[in-house]
Amino acid sequence: MKFTIPTEAGQAYEAYAYTGGKAFDANKPTVVFIHGALNDHSVWILQSRYLAHHGFNVLAVDLPGHCRSGGEAPDSVEAAAAFIGQLLDAAGIQKAALIGHSWGSLIALEAAGRLGDRITHLGLVGVAFPMPVSPALLEASLHEPMKALQMVNVFSRATLNAPPSMLGPGTWVYGTSMALGRRVLASNTKVNIFHLGFKACDAYTHGLEAMQAVTCPILFLLGKQDQMTHPKSAKSLIDTARAHHKKFRVVELPMGHHQMGESPEETLQALKEFLV
Amino acid sequence: MPGYNDPSFDTLALHAGASPDPTTGARATPIHLTTSFVFESSDHAASLFNLERAGHVYSRISNPTNAVLEQRVAALEGGIGAITTASGQAALHLSVATLMGAGSHIVSSSALYGGSHNLLHYTMSRFGIETTFVHPHDIDGWRKAVRPNTKLFFGETVGNPGLDVLDIPTVSQIAHEAGVPLLVDSTLTSPYLLKPFDLGADLLYHSATKFLSGHGTVIGGVVVDAGSFDWERSGKFPELSQSYEGFHNMVFTEESTVGAFLLRARREGLRDFGACMSPHSAWLILQGIETLPLRMERHISNTEKVVEFLANHPLVSRVGHPLIESHSSHALAKKLLRFGPRGAGSVFSFDIKGSREQGRAFIEALKLFSHLANVGDCRSLVIHPASTTHFRMSDEALVNAGIGPGTIRLSIGLEDPADLIDDLKRALKAAEKAVSAAAKPASA
Repeated sequence: MKFTIPTEAGQAYEAYAYTGGKAFDANKPTVVFIHGALNDHSVWILQSRYLAHHGFNVLAVDLPGHCRSGGEAPDSVEAAAAFIGQLLDAAGIQKAALIGHSWGSLIALEAAGRLGDRITHLGLVGVAFPMPVSPALLEASLHEPMKALQMVNVFSRATLNAPPSMLGPGTWVYGTSMALGRRVLASNTKVNIFHLGFKACDAYTHGLEAMQAVTCPILFLLGKQDQMTHPKSAKSLIDTARAHHKKFRVVELPMGHHQMGESPEETLQALKEFLV
Repeated sequence: MPGYNDPSFDTLALHAGASPDPTTGARATPIHLTTSFVFESSDHAASLFNLERAGHVYSRISNPTNAVLEQRVAALEGGIGAITTASGQAALHLSVATLMGAGSHIVSSSALYGGSHNLLHYTMSRFGIETTFVHPHDIDGWRKAVRPNTKLFFGETVGNPGLDVLDIPTVSQIAHEAGVPLLVDSTLTSPYLLKPFDLGADLLYHSATKFLSGHGTVIGGVVVDAGSFDWERSGKFPELSQSYEGFHNMVFTEESTVGAFLLRARREGLRDFGACMSPHSAWLILQGIETLPLRMERHISNTEKVVEFLANHPLVSRVGHPLIESHSSHALAKKLLRFGPRGAGSVFSFDIKGSREQGRAFIEALKLFSHLANVGDCRSLVIHPASTTHFRMSDEALVNAGIGPGTIRLSIGLEDPADLIDDLKRALKAAEKAVSAAAKPASA
């Protein structure tokens, strides 16, 4: 489904969101899924489709400038968070849960901090703050994106034998993620959205302030074997949530950074328990 | 398996898709000989059927043993996933049937296994799908054969048995310009000798019966998707990019940006056509793949020695292997195959000087080489294609496939190469005697 998003210049573009195989229904509780760098809505396919068929109105977005969404690709977490607010407005949704993965988790965090009580739940999957990207990886994402893509996917992998996943049994999650990365990169010929996403992660400094401003329950869903965003990298956010008496839970599972693909059932279970 | 490096081919051949069984601790992959899988609840059942959750329902659609094989082959090929099928032929049919219906058109290499030629030329045309055959090296021919209703380019990585190497980078480029994918039959090269996806192919399949299994014990196929072809952008595949009433009104390209083909192939093709692989077959093929790198090394080193022997034998008029510099694919093999011309595999043909009778005498005199219709076995094999595997093809089609009336096809196995050469020497001697006997006066 596409939504018309106005720009500051007085123009507009269409943003795409997957609705989980069900018709959009703003009367149901809404869950917005936000993907990470060089991903799109399809990384959430199992979790979003399940929730759409179990009472939720689901919007799994393609961020602007990614795959099916038009517009300029956001160059900062703040710009992407502003898009989430615009999306809710364009869809006529007053309240929503936000679930983000990796870069998407920072976007969800920043958006939740800005949108206050419009956000009912904040799910941070594979989150870290700060989320520094090594100079080598930043450089590779700009000049050797295929090499950087391979590095990211090797670091993200926790198993050579994932259970049935996004394409059902027989899915090779590593290959799926590599192919998706290539496709997403190719979807924007104006700007290197790989490098842009990584730079946005690297540059984001507002995480603790955003956490203080969050008013809803928070889920930290972390992978014990995550080499991209190790659980200890979420400590500053968890400490801030604790210090400011937020309602939060931390779920650490034996998985890597491909949480939705390599551990789809565990990820869904954690989200269900959090949202329902 | 977190790590800082991508596991190598040899490691993936042993480990991709499998780990010790969490319930029993069994190290080898168990054979899940069960038709069905118990649901945890009615909601679990419904969510599995509706693709809200991923899991096994019924072994025609998927099975845990098969899933290990599917992941393993996908890993070795650099794909996003795979589907196992009852045979290599079923894999080709599943690919075609997923992408098109009546009124569609395929452009295919003419250098094909006879069974594939039969399926495309005779059987699929009965269902309204036409195929234009083009010599694999006729690059203009590929381009000129494209029609508005063309949906697929198809060829073998190296043609059976002429070993015409398919120029995958060039042919895939023409296919992509026409808005269609390139499917290749990668059976003869296996992922060890050639990675078609690295060169531009979009889909591939194996007759897993051959080198993947490697022991002549099982029939099976496997289709792999590179996840590279943009079905939606092409605009030629409403089967994948528009709502499908036959499966929950799903728009497969929306469900998966890169995996629409596999989603539909499993959820429609396996469900409706039913050409699934037995878990026992999957297990046997997994056993084979564990030693694929070791076996392929031996296959091609034995082949080098046999080719050298035959090329220097006075009774042999032609050896059809790219190892021979005059072979039409020598340069392409050098450019595209992992190990150059020696990597064109261990299935090749040669011609004996003389009569059809001498050819018969040759085959019947062989002791180590088994006379049968298969390739890619660990044992060495021999056959006369014009009267067996390719016998329904016209003389013209035979020539296009690189086969003459006296052509003999060998599949070189893993025996001691000296013993194989002894066997061939003896048989060639028998062929020589056959001509001598024929030349003797009847009264003598």
